[in-house]
Amino acid sequence: MEPGQFFASSRVLIVAGKGGVGKSTASAALALAAARAGLSVLLVEVAGRSATASMFGADAPGYEESTVYDEAAGGAVRARSITPDDALVEWLTNHGFSRIAKRMAKTGLLEIVATATPGIKDLLVLGRIKALEGEGVADLIIVDAPAAGHAIQFLQAPVGVRDTARTGVLHRQALEVLEMLDDPSRCRAILVSIPEETPINELIETAFAVEDEVGLALGPVVINGILPPIDGLDEPPPSGLTPAERADAVMAAGLRRDRLALQTEQLSRLETQLPLAQLRMPQLFTTEIGLAELHGLADAVERSIGDLEDWA
Amino acid sequence: MSEPADYRTLTAECEVIVCCGTGGVGKTTTAAATAMAAASMGRRAAVVTIDPAKRLADALGIGSLDNDPTVIDGPWSGTLAALMLDTKATFDDVVRRHAPTDAQAETILANRFYRNISTSLSGTQDYMAVEKLAQLHSSGDWDLVVVDTPPTRDALAFLEAPKLLTRLLDNPIYKILISPSQGVLRAVNRAATGVVRQLSRVVGAEVVDDAIEFFQAFQGMEDGFRDRADATLRLLGDDATAFVLVASPRADTLAEAQYFLRRLGKADLDAAAVIVNRVLPALSIDVARAHQISVDHPGGITRALADHAAAAAGDDERIRELLSSAPGATAVRVPLLPSDVHDVDTLRRIAELLTDG
Repeated sequence: MEPGQFFASSRVLIVAGKGGVGKSTASAALALAAARAGLSVLLVEVAGRSATASMFGADAPGYEESTVYDEAAGGAVRARSITPDDALVEWLTNHGFSRIAKRMAKTGLLEIVATATPGIKDLLVLGRIKALEGEGVADLIIVDAPAAGHAIQFLQAPVGVRDTARTGVLHRQALEVLEMLDDPSRCRAILVSIPEETPINELIETAFAVEDEVGLALGPVVINGILPPIDGLDEPPPSGLTPAERADAVMAAGLRRDRLALQTEQLSRLETQLPLAQLRMPQLFTTEIGLAELHGLADAVERSIGDLEDWA
Repeated sequence: MSEPADYRTLTAECEVIVCCGTGGVGKTTTAAATAMAAASMGRRAAVVTIDPAKRLADALGIGSLDNDPTVIDGPWSGTLAALMLDTKATFDDVVRRHAPTDAQAETILANRFYRNISTSLSGTQDYMAVEKLAQLHSSGDWDLVVVDTPPTRDALAFLEAPKLLTRLLDNPIYKILISPSQGVLRAVNRAATGVVRQLSRVVGAEVVDDAIEFFQAFQGMEDGFRDRADATLRLLGDDATAFVLVASPRADTLAEAQYFLRRLGKADLDAAAVIVNRVLPALSIDVARAHQISVDHPGGITRALADHAAAAAGDDERIRELLSSAPGATAVRVPLLPSDVHDVDTLRRIAELLTDG
């Protein structure tokens, strides 16, 4: 499949995963790959402390959009953040509740509302994203979902609110967001994990829960931190090294062999248990991820997309 | 400044150890291994786990939610027990304990607003983890209680957690919600009643009715909850309580760990220990030499060497930066193990690595 075709298949991609699996890195790499394919991309940060913009060498984005990457061929990545509090006040104001919005901020009423309707904050963030999608602000909106303990919490919010607030404007908002989530041409989730046992188990559980409980279509999963396979790990270390250097080389090769074996086992288990295409991103052996590393990851994403069958 | 107490001393002397950190860094494993280390010293140790990976839970014999500690048999001189926190059941117990009558307890337990609080409100898991910790500590059955903290977006939700309910009860809106008819007397209350009406239009009247019913049923129980919250906060701030920050060398989790340290500092609490899991073993040579070897002798084994050196150096730099932010904490680096931890033998190995310095 061509990257341009892949990224045009949904207008919103929600990139979700447990903390520590490289969800922000995956979001940034997907955004860059889409921009390189000529799309205008809006990268939305929800977490508040996520680092996607800095990977493009830009400052952390605010509530206003800023361009973090411009592609000569016409594509671009803009970034912005949406915080739940901003989204709530904006939503109340737009729905004729400006008085209650001010009061909520002042009196702590928000806390009572949030307690009465769990998931309201996540719902309103999704509601803001739905509004952006409706306005057609970009060819593709990529959402770096909050790093919750469980990726599904954020995605389950609209269902939770729909069932809790059974009347009122909030209920209607939940229904509108669910309408977007139910339509694969508008929205898909991309789940991110790493090729290790526990994260893969959680990925499989989450994938089934997202489809069954949220009704949200899944795009391919992103497997981040793939160790590139190396041949010749079993050969003896080269002559001409000191004994200490030889010992280092043997130890490093042995560790690499063990980790590759574990990775192969986990990836093949994933293929059997979760029938979804995989986008694979290599592990980087660098300290900081900048634009150069991001281009490398986008290359890997493009190669993975190239291997995909058409699904539309 | 005196030398920080090493991890063996903390495990031997503390009454409470709180393991905090983001998800996916081996926090539950560290908590379980810490309790196991204490049991090996002859202490009676209980570990409260939250949502452990299934195979670890099975290894500990706590395959299902259970609110009482399950004793784990093993080659230790003390006692080791584990439990998997059942948030809702713990909360229900607390309500029953504080309610003056059974009928009042049942009204609250059946209320939908309460069910939201006790199941899906962010912070509830932390609240109940701290509550369970306080219960086990005050029972006198345990010399050490180790608690794993839930993976949350808010770094130190458990420090705020004991106040979760009382914060709601301290809200000025609460007083208006429980006595809406008196609201007409003063202008501020009149405006607030208007807000309640508007609120019904936003979230639906049922939701507001549920909230009002909950707050009305809660009358008379506020003081009990306030006292309890104060007592648990005192326990968290006690000298016999240690906070242990668990991290992994990944750049994103170390950034989160820095944030945790700042938050602890703001609350006037210090991390007694910083434990970094999954650290790549150090090499005798530096990155430049490893790179040179891979250029001079191209091949799989030298490429593995160069990759390892680069990754280990990056990890080391970030770990040092983290540790420099916590000069008063003892630091433990636990090496990367060949597989996930899901049996008692591997846990024992980690317990040794933690306490043998």
